Amino acid sequence: MPDMSVKICGISFKNPVIAASGTFGFGMEYSEFYPISRLGGISCKGTTLVERMGNPTPRIVETSCGILNSVGLQNPGVGRFLSSYLPRLKKQDIVVIANIAGNSVEDYCEMAERLKDSQVDMIELNISCPNVKQGGVNFGVLPESVAEVTAQVKKRSDKPLMVKLTPNVTSIGDIAKAAEGAGADALSLINTLTGMRIDIKSRRPVLRNNTGGLSGRAIFPVALRMVREVYKCVKIPVVGMGGISSWEDAAEMMIAGANAVQVGTANFHDPFACVKIIEGLGSYTDSLGLKSITELTGTLSEW
Amino acid sequence: MRYTQELGKILNKTEIAKGTFDVTLHSPEIANIAVAGQFVNILCDGFTLRRPISLCGFDSKKGILRIVFEIRGKGTEWLSRLQVGDNMDIIGPLGHGFSLIDSSKKAVIVGGGVGTPPLLPVAQFYRENATVITGFRNASAAILQGDFEKAGAKTILCTDDGSAGIHGFTTQALEQYLNENECDIIYTCGPKVMMRSVARLAENHGITCQVSMEERMGCGVGACLCCVCPTKDGKGKHLTRVCVNGPVFSSTEVDWDA
Ligand SMILES: Cc1cc2nc3c(=O)[nH]c(=O)nc-3n(C[C@H](O)[C@H](O)[C@H](O)COP(=O)(O)OP(=O)(O)OC[C@H]3O[C@@H](n4cnc5c(N)ncnc54)[C@H](O)[C@@H]3O)c2cc1C
Ligand SMILES: Cc1cc2nc3c(=O)[nH]c(=O)nc-3n(C[C@H](O)[C@H](O)[C@H](O)COP(=O)(O)O)c2cc1C
Ligand code: FES
Repeated sequence: MPDMSVKICGISFKNPVIAASGTFGFGMEYSEFYPISRLGGISCKGTTLVERMGNPTPRIVETSCGILNSVGLQNPGVGRFLSSYLPRLKKQDIVVIANIAGNSVEDYCEMAERLKDSQVDMIELNISCPNVKQGGVNFGVLPESVAEVTAQVKKRSDKPLMVKLTPNVTSIGDIAKAAEGAGADALSLINTLTGMRIDIKSRRPVLRNNTGGLSGRAIFPVALRMVREVYKCVKIPVVGMGGISSWEDAAEMMIAGANAVQVGTANFHDPFACVKIIEGLGSYTDSLGLKSITELTGTLSEW
Repeated sequence: MRYTQELGKILNKTEIAKGTFDVTLHSPEIANIAVAGQFVNILCDGFTLRRPISLCGFDSKKGILRIVFEIRGKGTEWLSRLQVGDNMDIIGPLGHGFSLIDSSKKAVIVGGGVGTPPLLPVAQFYRENATVITGFRNASAAILQGDFEKAGAKTILCTDDGSAGIHGFTTQALEQYLNENECDIIYTCGPKVMMRSVARLAENHGITCQVSMEERMGCGVGACLCCVCPTKDGKGKHLTRVCVNGPVFSSTEVDWDA
């Protein structure tokens, strides 16, 4: 068997498959199907300083080959994350990534401080949140605000920092470079693409929030293109996600330049999706005669 | 491991009303641990999301599950085309089911439309101490009456158009029943407006009531927070996951006015 482990900013993952934030809770639910220690890592549900109720329902609607969600960051707050969820998760042999969100740079910084002496292995900065101070425009869409929040959090944190990019931007390469320049240790992408569905009987949006984030197989080609673009722009590791539902998708993502992948919506369709992807990637790496899966990353030869 | 994924072979399939199917599956692992009020999440080919369908029956000895579903859209339409011998990819048993207290107590069971199937195991527990009030659009949409009677329960059928049983809503029949009879506990599943009225009547009569809520789901196992329903307790208001903390809640837990 080839060596399936990967290293991302100093953290060793036993394999390159990580459960994506918001689709895997704090890990305990899917551990009712299989030991989650089989995964490389888990990115926990987006967590904020104080508990959030999230948006009213309906929060989910199906689309062609995907879903839209408008959960709105419902989470127990960092206090309960640290006191009750993290200790249970740390009993498993798995890399734990805290996905953090906030409405101001100060929120993000305070979150980073709270996680300082915790058992969290890595921080994923979810910058697809409205920046209240800048009139509600997402942090993630302007290179300046991406750089600002990344630099500030980096100063206040002792954990490896992965910045999660939103695809709802004009030039993802510029955003990636801004994050790298401000000290990000790794990048992850893509978050969901903003979308909408309408109930033609009532002529109202299906989601109570009007719009939601598109994920699932529909977004895979877009995600792949963006991961490729970012891989070519930066030197730091890239974690690719968006619509991965098979080991073949995961392989494409790594060939495009990802050091590891995250799998989200596919878990809803098949609760064993992550495990099957790990197994498939192993056989594929073996069939290529590679000693380590890390040799796959960025091996694309473009026309 | 509380959850299992199984390929349940279809043993039997009957169209019991127009567009409503009664299906039995061979699914020994899920049948072995299922309780009343739980559901399974069924894969439909070509769709991202599984469809939640309640268990209408389960037999751990025979290793079978029974589900009854109505065609509501493309997913259930696809499910209805599966034939005896085909496999259904299901995960389960999911959710927190009904608490069955004491079969010597008098139970009233109120079902609306395709909310009725999960109530059958409840009636089978209370048997002759159960009174089952169900409501349907019309006579041809009425389902499971024979099953409830076979369980020993009394049945009161209501239809919207009066083509069978009482011409009117289940809640009117329930109100009349509670005024004239003894009742220790109420169980209900159906449209939200109906359940809200049932919950009010129960509260007015000081009777405990369990309701089975419905919400659109992502994962079905508690991981995505898509399926929440407004609830309240001593600590305040919450949005609680229907797929794990429900689908069955105490009627006083649900925040009906939210
Ligand atoms: C816990 C639970 C138990 C259920 N038990 C039964 C049952 O025993 N028998 C039965 O006939 N129906 C039951 N339902 C409703 C059933 O899940 C929906 O009718 C079904 O999902 C519709 O799918 P569709 O593709 O045909 O419809 P579409 O409208 O095309 O579905 C689109 C999406 O919306 C979701 N959706 C649509 N309607 C509902 C609904 N009412 N509730 C939840 N999700 C919905 C679908 O799952 C799908 O993701 C139950 C629902 C829940 C939540
Ligand atoms: C229901 C749901 C909730 C999500 N919540 C978060 C979140 O809290 N933080 C975050 O960074 N991303 C969140 N995401 C985005 C995913 O982590 C991922 O970036 C996206 O869904 C694309 O991957 P996929 O197609 O494999 O799901 C959420 C996605 C879904 C479907
Ligand atoms: S459907 Fe995912 S939490 Fe209930």
